[in-house]
Amino acid sequence: MSAVEVAGVPAAPVRRVSTRFLRSELRLIAVRRRNQVGLAALAAVPVVLAVAMKVAAPDTSDRPGGGPDFFAQITGNGFFVALAALGVELGLFLPIAIAMLAGDAVAGEANQGTLRYLLTVPVGRTRLLAVKYAGIVAGAFLAPLVVAVSGLVIGLILFGGGDVTLLSGSQVGFGEALLRLLGVCLYLGVCLSALGAVGLFLSTLTEQPMGATIALTMLTVASFVLQQIPQLDWLHPYLLTRHWQDFGELLRDPVSFGALTPGLLSAGAYVLVFATAAWARFAGRDVTS
Amino acid sequence: MSDLAVATHGLTKRFGSQVAVDTVDLAVPRGSVYGFLGPNGSGKTTTIRMLLGLIGATAGQHELLGAALPEHAADVLPRVGALVEGPGFHPYLSGRDNLRRIDAADRTAGARTSDARIAAALDRVGLGAAAGKRYRTYSLGMKQRLAIAAALLMPRELLILDEPTNGLDPQGTREVRTLVGTLAAEGATVLLSTHLLAEVEQVCTHVGVMHRGKLVAQQPLAGLRSDAAPRVRVLTDQPAQAARVLRTLGLTEVAETAAETTGQLGAVAPEKVVAALVHDGVAVRGFAVVAPSLEDVFVSLTGRGFDVSG
Repeated sequence: MSAVEVAGVPAAPVRRVSTRFLRSELRLIAVRRRNQVGLAALAAVPVVLAVAMKVAAPDTSDRPGGGPDFFAQITGNGFFVALAALGVELGLFLPIAIAMLAGDAVAGEANQGTLRYLLTVPVGRTRLLAVKYAGIVAGAFLAPLVVAVSGLVIGLILFGGGDVTLLSGSQVGFGEALLRLLGVCLYLGVCLSALGAVGLFLSTLTEQPMGATIALTMLTVASFVLQQIPQLDWLHPYLLTRHWQDFGELLRDPVSFGALTPGLLSAGAYVLVFATAAWARFAGRDVTS
Repeated sequence: MSDLAVATHGLTKRFGSQVAVDTVDLAVPRGSVYGFLGPNGSGKTTTIRMLLGLIGATAGQHELLGAALPEHAADVLPRVGALVEGPGFHPYLSGRDNLRRIDAADRTAGARTSDARIAAALDRVGLGAAAGKRYRTYSLGMKQRLAIAAALLMPRELLILDEPTNGLDPQGTREVRTLVGTLAAEGATVLLSTHLLAEVEQVCTHVGVMHRGKLVAQQPLAGLRSDAAPRVRVLTDQPAQAARVLRTLGLTEVAETAAETTGQLGAVAPEKVVAALVHDGVAVRGFAVVAPSLEDVFVSLTGRGFDVSG
């Protein structure tokens, strides 16, 4: 009998540091048919958009929303299909995609009864939340990328490529334009990750994944609506969606990184606050599902 | 090393004003098969959830395998296999992929041995052939088997099985009983929660009875039965006469039907009863001393049958 056993607690099993659980989580998200269909839907929007633009010349005089206007340029260069699609999908489709993932994250596992089995494995609750959030973040970065790639492909097919005229009027080569598009995707990835943190928190509040998904979607829409009300301008800097359309700053020459800072800081603050809230809520919660 | 695999001290859980588990002191000896018995709603599952750290106790402490929880959960729970309140798996994954996921989450489980351990666990519960099918196509019995397989992915010192035969057909029930016996023979302690008395009688060495959140009895199975008073059963066509004889001898709770008379034996020797009956000219067609069934014991402990307690 070893000294440890004499003390009353037998030698604990060795705990390995491994990415197995994270990989398992990513696979779980990837193989889910609904997520695949959702991703296909995200990729279909730019196609629909581009075809519509090809068929009918756009009327850009009366366009809602505050983001930069990429529609006018689509017919000139397919590159802008990707940007226009991102701008459009940022209003609802991308947030819904994140809300789906966030709903599944904790509430979904609770609803299926898998949460109690993960916890008794045991998976530490902090580790579980970390892996769950990592899965959401992966989705948050992948989703805009898929929209962008789909937009690029259909744009190049229908309208061709070539040098890209930036918002500030100067032209850059297609290669640099691609780099800037990647920057846009990364920026939106950060924004959607912040949304995902809020979603993760909501997901710890319920055992109904749809409840968390709908709540997060409504929060996003409400944030967009509040943003449109000038009387509430004191509130605007704090809104989750306030800086999302700032991604257009990456299409200026030179790139005004300073203009992106508020958005990144805001996203960081949201992640910090809501990841902490999710942890505070989940770490000591009774799991009765 | 503690000789108790599960020990609780005044374990209590309140949900609002309702006391679901009331100062329970479980003592599950190592190597035992402990039947955790009680009607639905008596607090068994809530106790098990507390044991595994899924819910926090309102009061009291508990130890698994000699280590206090929840402090040592990360060290202890890998050595504990658990089935809690029915199976819970991802419906769109196959049985095997569901086990892969659980195994991947276990930091004490080796990735290289994963496939072999999963296959062995599936075989052990007879799911080998259906391992590739989606979980949503499984019958209730198959789901239950998969949950047991999940508890057997790693070698376990303690198995906490909450209603493991729920939803299984008689054949499956027998298989699970055999499996529990095998696991116990291999040295594992088994805490088996059930509301099926037959299950307890056939596989358990110890019994704890829950009733309305309280542990009303806890002892080795043999002790529990011997504590309960045996009854005599006299087959006769003169039940009234037989009843008079039994009462004269000092038997209690004498009851008669058209063809038999029964009574609680107490301290009276059975042969004396037979002699007295014959002496009084009662035509005895049959005579038996009946050990009370576990169900009788249970009813005497809880004062009621096997319905849901509020």
